[in-house]
Amino acid sequence: MEIILLLFIFVLAAFLGFELISKVPSQLHTPLMSGSNAISGITIVGALIASGQTDANFSKWLGLAALILATVNVVGGYFVTDRMLSMFKTKKPK
Amino acid sequence: MPDDLINVSYIVSAILFILGIKMLGSASTAVRGNRISSLGMLVAVIVTLTKGGLDYQYIIIGLIIGSLIGLVAAKRVQMTGMPELVALFNGFGGLASLLVGWSEFEKGGEGNWFLYSVICIAILIGGITFTGSLVAYLKLSGKVGGNAVVFPFQKFVNLLVMLSAVLIGLLLIIPNNFSENHDLLIWTLIFLALLVGVLGVIPIGGGDMPVVIALLNSFSGLGAAAAGFVINNTVLVVAGCLVGASGLILSIIMCKAMNRSLANVLFGGFGTSSTSSGAQVEGEMKALSVEDSYYVLEAAQSVVFVPGYGMAVAQAQHVVKELSEILERNGAEVRHAVHPVAGRMPGHMNVLLAEADVPYEQLCEMEEVNSVMPTVDVAIVIGANDVVNPAAIEDENSPIWGMPIINVHQAKSVFVLKRGQGAGYSGIINTLFFRENCRMIYGDAKATISGIVAQFDD
Repeated sequence: MEIILLLFIFVLAAFLGFELISKVPSQLHTPLMSGSNAISGITIVGALIASGQTDANFSKWLGLAALILATVNVVGGYFVTDRMLSMFKTKKPK
Repeated sequence: MPDDLINVSYIVSAILFILGIKMLGSASTAVRGNRISSLGMLVAVIVTLTKGGLDYQYIIIGLIIGSLIGLVAAKRVQMTGMPELVALFNGFGGLASLLVGWSEFEKGGEGNWFLYSVICIAILIGGITFTGSLVAYLKLSGKVGGNAVVFPFQKFVNLLVMLSAVLIGLLLIIPNNFSENHDLLIWTLIFLALLVGVLGVIPIGGGDMPVVIALLNSFSGLGAAAAGFVINNTVLVVAGCLVGASGLILSIIMCKAMNRSLANVLFGGFGTSSTSSGAQVEGEMKALSVEDSYYVLEAAQSVVFVPGYGMAVAQAQHVVKELSEILERNGAEVRHAVHPVAGRMPGHMNVLLAEADVPYEQLCEMEEVNSVMPTVDVAIVIGANDVVNPAAIEDENSPIWGMPIINVHQAKSVFVLKRGQGAGYSGIINTLFFRENCRMIYGDAKATISGIVAQFDD
């Protein structure tokens, strides 16, 4: 893909991020942070490609290490956010 | 799967992330929001796996090991330990981005200056995120002291390390330069990146950790976006940048809640002994027994709880809830007032009170509760300190001058639950404790409140 196009996407995503977050009540800041932290584990996609290389070289092992770390970030992050949020939810019906 | 289809699926996953973040912003949709965003992640992972030409053996091993560690950690953590865990996960994400960049570098092959630039950026940001988060983790979990660590010429040293990292990066980018020494350069770059993370976070005191965590969160997103440029992948760029922007906004919100600038938090060396003096205060702290506090509370018509990190340390949230129920049955109006930067992570107290099942309607934000404070009979401060220090609005020389606080000193009486007489985490003397309407109840917060509850039961 064109570099310029990627940069373009980057800039637009930055503005979108600012817009999305600016009006969140402070009660939700902790789950929001741990939830967005899980999203930053998207680097898992890069790790998958790197660890799936067919020849076993140094680069592949680095990829494997990245994959394990990114998976911890993603799985742990989503799970713990869900745990937190479900506590908020239990008292909603009242 | 053909490339076009893969890219379309990445768009779907990006949409799910955006919707997810948006829904996380409101209490009624947050749970669904998080699940939608995890669905986006699942789509991205599955689509990547169908790319073809991949060796799945190690992928499966990596996914299983990572999932197990993540699940166990997420399941075991106490709600009070949430800030540490988020810091740790965040560090892992950062290191993963560093490794993705490094792995691409080790692949060798044809690369242009742009590829090498983004590899360097991914390594730098990833490395800073990793060690910075680790230091934050160690400080938050109490494994090292929470105080700011300062040494002579600190800013100069930090600047020097940062500049050398950038210089090494430039050497790597310039085509055909030092080509035989690339290995040495990349190792040096990684080392310097890790060093910057440590040096950057050690001078920041524990009280400022909410800002640091939010900022490191932003960094981990930018690291992922940089890794996205490295492997030319849109979904990494979009998702990473969303997190980068949202983390930055959160850090700015935190700073506003403390009336300080981001630069002041990062470079101010706040929370060291040299800055923590403030004016001397007159009067003395007056202690109160549990029994006497019971008599006051029994007659109170309106009670406000102000929790801080001390409540988390004492694990007192459940007894707080118990006491507030008793007070309500006794005819008092009960509120819980949460300062935006109470605790070690933004919104941390809300999570704890939610865990204890405190009704949503009783949780008040600062402005809301300040307007009714003069009508409040008793304000109970549980392990909070700076966020109720009237010096912030009365003493221009105080280091926290200008920070919005919860005005508990305007309540008819204030009970402060505290372990000892010392100054708080930030080391600033709290003039509240010396006020006429303030009484100190020393001891473990949980034991104290249980004691009061027992008095009511009798």
